[in-house]
Amino acid sequence: MLRLEPRTRAPWWLGVVSPVMAVVATMLAGGLLFALMGFDPVASIRTIFWDPLFGPAAGYSRPQLLVKAGPLILIASGLAIGFRAGIWNIGAEGQYIIGGICGAAVALAAYPSEGFWIFPAMVLAGAAGGWAWGMIPAILRNRTGASEILVSLMLVYVAQRVAAWMAFGPMRNPEGFGMPGSRNLQQYPAASNPELIAGTGIHWGVVAAVVAVFATWFLMSRHIRGFRIRVAGLAPRAARFAGVRPETLVAFCLGLSGALAGMAGLFEVAGPGGQITDSFGSGYGFTAIIVAFLGRLHPVGILLAGLLMALTYIGGELAQLMLSLPAATVQVFQGMLLFFLLAFDTLTRYRLRWGTAR
Amino acid sequence: MMEWTTLLLLLSAATPILFAALGEAVAERSGVLNLGVEGMMITGALAGFAAAHATGSPMVGFVAGALAGAALSLIFAVLTQYLLTNQVATGLALTMFGLGLTAMFGKPYEGVKAPSMPGGPLGINWVIWLGLILVPVIWLVLNRTRPGLILRGVGENHEAAHALGYKVRGVRMAAIAIGGALAGIGGAYVSIATVLQWTEGMTAGAGWIALAIVVFAGWSPWGVLAGAWLFGGVTVLQLRLQAAGVAVPVQLLSMAPYLATIIVLVIISARHKYAGGGGTAPGSLGRPFHALR
Amino acid sequence: MCERRNRLTYEKDNGDGVTTSELFRAEGLAKSYPGVRANDNVSFSVAPGEIHALLGENGAGKSTLVKMIYGLVRPDQGRMSLGGQPHAPADPRAARASGVGMVFQHFSLFDALTVAENIALGMDAPPPRADLSRRITEVSAAYGLPLNPARRVASLSAGERQRVEIVRCLLGNPRLLIMDEPTSVLTPQEAEILFATLRQLAAQGTAILYISHKLDEIRSHCDCATILRQGRVVGTVNPAQHSARELAAMMVGAEMRLVDRSGRQAGEVVLTAAGLTSAAGLEGTALKDVGFQVRAGEILGIGGVAGNGQEELIAALSGETTGRPGTVALDGRDLSAEGPEARRRAGLLAAPEDRLGHAAVPDMSLTENAILTGATRQGLQKHGVIDHRAARSFAEKIIAAFDVRTPGPGTAAGALSGGNLQKYVIGREILQEPRALVVNQPTWGVDAGAAAAIRQALLDLAGRGAAVVVISQDLDELLELSDRFAALNNGVLSAPVPTEGLTLEQVGLMLGGAHGMEVAHVAA
Repeated sequence: MLRLEPRTRAPWWLGVVSPVMAVVATMLAGGLLFALMGFDPVASIRTIFWDPLFGPAAGYSRPQLLVKAGPLILIASGLAIGFRAGIWNIGAEGQYIIGGICGAAVALAAYPSEGFWIFPAMVLAGAAGGWAWGMIPAILRNRTGASEILVSLMLVYVAQRVAAWMAFGPMRNPEGFGMPGSRNLQQYPAASNPELIAGTGIHWGVVAAVVAVFATWFLMSRHIRGFRIRVAGLAPRAARFAGVRPETLVAFCLGLSGALAGMAGLFEVAGPGGQITDSFGSGYGFTAIIVAFLGRLHPVGILLAGLLMALTYIGGELAQLMLSLPAATVQVFQGMLLFFLLAFDTLTRYRLRWGTAR
Repeated sequence: MMEWTTLLLLLSAATPILFAALGEAVAERSGVLNLGVEGMMITGALAGFAAAHATGSPMVGFVAGALAGAALSLIFAVLTQYLLTNQVATGLALTMFGLGLTAMFGKPYEGVKAPSMPGGPLGINWVIWLGLILVPVIWLVLNRTRPGLILRGVGENHEAAHALGYKVRGVRMAAIAIGGALAGIGGAYVSIATVLQWTEGMTAGAGWIALAIVVFAGWSPWGVLAGAWLFGGVTVLQLRLQAAGVAVPVQLLSMAPYLATIIVLVIISARHKYAGGGGTAPGSLGRPFHALR
Repeated sequence: MCERRNRLTYEKDNGDGVTTSELFRAEGLAKSYPGVRANDNVSFSVAPGEIHALLGENGAGKSTLVKMIYGLVRPDQGRMSLGGQPHAPADPRAARASGVGMVFQHFSLFDALTVAENIALGMDAPPPRADLSRRITEVSAAYGLPLNPARRVASLSAGERQRVEIVRCLLGNPRLLIMDEPTSVLTPQEAEILFATLRQLAAQGTAILYISHKLDEIRSHCDCATILRQGRVVGTVNPAQHSARELAAMMVGAEMRLVDRSGRQAGEVVLTAAGLTSAAGLEGTALKDVGFQVRAGEILGIGGVAGNGQEELIAALSGETTGRPGTVALDGRDLSAEGPEARRRAGLLAAPEDRLGHAAVPDMSLTENAILTGATRQGLQKHGVIDHRAARSFAEKIIAAFDVRTPGPGTAAGALSGGNLQKYVIGREILQEPRALVVNQPTWGVDAGAAAAIRQALLDLAGRGAAVVVISQDLDELLELSDRFAALNNGVLSAPVPTEGLTLEQVGLMLGGAHGMEVAHVAA
């Protein structure tokens, strides 16, 4: 019988190999699924993973890669810090929505005045909104012990309804002929988050994502605070012994990941999204959880994982267009990827052995 | 007769959450925290709807829902029990996978009508009755039978249960599958009996609310019943207010179940924290078990 | 070879017309784990009505051996027989069915369940609830171990929990009862009550396999002792006929190293605790108005059975829990409101009992574990930025100074043996030259050589003028190390008394006697 034996220390390369194996396994399982549904598996996989980068329409889809990867990386960088400490912020989607609404509120309040301060103020408001939404589960956990998993997740549903209310009510575009949705910020220069270098897809959110990757790397591997966060995740009692107050840690992790998710929401509403609608949340907050895990909670890993996940988004759209694969294909892929990843991660913690169990 | 229909509505609104939370309570009593309830519910909702539509029999639909929920839960069971993956992450993955899978395969069923549910005694359909009967049955099995005692023992202290020679993994596999089947029935109830059609993501967080109810209930079937009725009440009240045309935007009214969940969770957690309680959670909840040596 | 105290003519016809006075026999048992040979060619036998000791240090292979008898572990080689029949249980259920019962060292009880439910789980075919409760009451009374079947185990004391385990075994009418370090959680008086029960059982013909490393109790209560060292049997003797010193020599394989207590003088008061009161931690006891003073160059020993407030006391001193003003002071400076980092800066250091997960992080390297408590005092960080090179050299310094056997500072803490990791943890605190050091169970689960080195290091630290507090369950260790002794019992600390001239019996009384358990045994 096959059995597992704990490793005392995993070889470093397993940490790189296991996500790659998970991606390959997902492609194989996905191909099988497509074949069962009557699609050509090879063509489907190529359309999703290859064509967006090197296919005939790559000129259009390549910039989209960074547009989609930016928010994923920004959110996942924050989430990974909490996950390292065993603090589960599952509600980044809600923090993203509220960040977007708060940022847009600044712009809509300032409209139509022009001023260099408007965009920076929006960024601050977006971060503050996400931070505040993340602090709700933090405060409730610290004060009452309520599970941050359930509270942050419930707040996603609340945030979605706030967005719908905004789109139909307070933020509805007065010049929108009664259509739901706010003014389009792309048409309001002082508040817009434009493409910075034409044809690359780079906007301020992408810049922020890169900065976040470097900052979280420094925090987690060079700073004493990051060290203590890691200790807290590996051995909570040792962290208390080292001088970490669990309450401070909960507030720091949920607040930081909330602020980053809120900023991601702001960059989206001011840039690619353009306006607050009733369906403003587009699942980035949930996908970022997969990005964080796929990147093995390491900043550089998250950078790569974010790009890969963005690729599946664009590839999924392409496959929908070219092969009429269902739109939800990407979601299924993401779920499978996380399963395979968790399964292959077992190999980094345990050695497989043949033999009797005892 | 206004009161009677309101009560019926409440019972009906409470039923999906009642099933899902009862199943999760069984799983958690065995020491497993499965955050994939939402994914198992939505899978049950689609499988149940599709089977009911194909055969014209809601009964077949509920059986299919239970089977689909249990099948999905087995992915979680194998990953967490045999590959020892993190239960929180695996549960999340299960929810994402279930939502994706149903969105993918559910397209052909959009806009299709469900076969009508047969009524039952007192105008209450038999699935509601089944849910109500399950409460004492699960309580009895857990507290008055040997399998129930073993399940609680495994959840309370898996090392001790192992030392006494019980198969921790086997017990947990079974408990997870029961949780999946009940979540599947709960989901099927949403599509077949409440909404009467299939729409993507239609369980709308009911699985997560069920998870909160289990905490609220202190892991007891009777507490689960009380929690489910509380949320049935909040939902019905919210719908009544909408129908009455209260001057509050619909979107804000529809937040009520989620806000109520948070409030309940906070009150219960605070009580555990300050009243010195909190000992009700199974001792090994969420901890992976690896029989070394 | 061994003489039985309760001489019984308990002979059994094994069916071949051959009578035997042997109940259990092990022949050539061997069991290996990756990198460890836990048992190697182990043979011994136990007679009915015999109290047979398995004596050995931590890691000598006692636990693995009894797990094989109880069906938790399967031997790689060798045979066992019980009552003349081959004994190869596939699981504990099979072992119980053939008449083997076991009382575990770390209780295998279910806190949230009642006494009756716990006992039902330990039986393969329990009678109906009412019958079971009645039988529990009967059996527990018959052996002087009164129990209320309806009580939740969470509310029981350590001694009462052990009764649950014993009664659970007795209801299965075992022929062979295994007891794994049963007295490690009991006061000396409670242990006496346990031995009375064991003798009563033996008199009825039950064989008892008694695991311990406590020489005195084995000498006075066991008929026979099989001594294990590094997985092998080094001898089977009648313990009453050997001195504790001889037994120890067989167990350790060498004469014990003695510590050097000379060259210390008590100076001014360094560490003061006054009116320490705290809430109970997990499975612990709340502190009730605990106070003491320790002088420079002095070692205060705090004894007591685990779970009487030890965890809470070290947490209150290390700063993991903070207290009201005026409860903890170092050199007259009030540190009551300060957390662990501030207390370390001031010079008050601590080493908790649990090496894996509390004093050290198993999944982190030794270098990273050096940062855990050395970050500020050793200058391993500047403005929050970690100096990995400095951390590595501090780790290397600990490894060299305390003879920690490891490939290097990059090794994960969890990969070290218990003794080596304990030397590292204690060394990490001692090398920071604390003004006051508090340690909990400094030599728990550590081999004799490492234990002697750790004790000497603590004495040397005091010799350099530090105030040292040693919290321990090992009374011999406390009498050996400390200048003054105090007992922690149910969260209350007795007034410290000088160790000089203190006997084990006096210490036992200070530890709260038997918590009223004598009364319980009168019924027997």
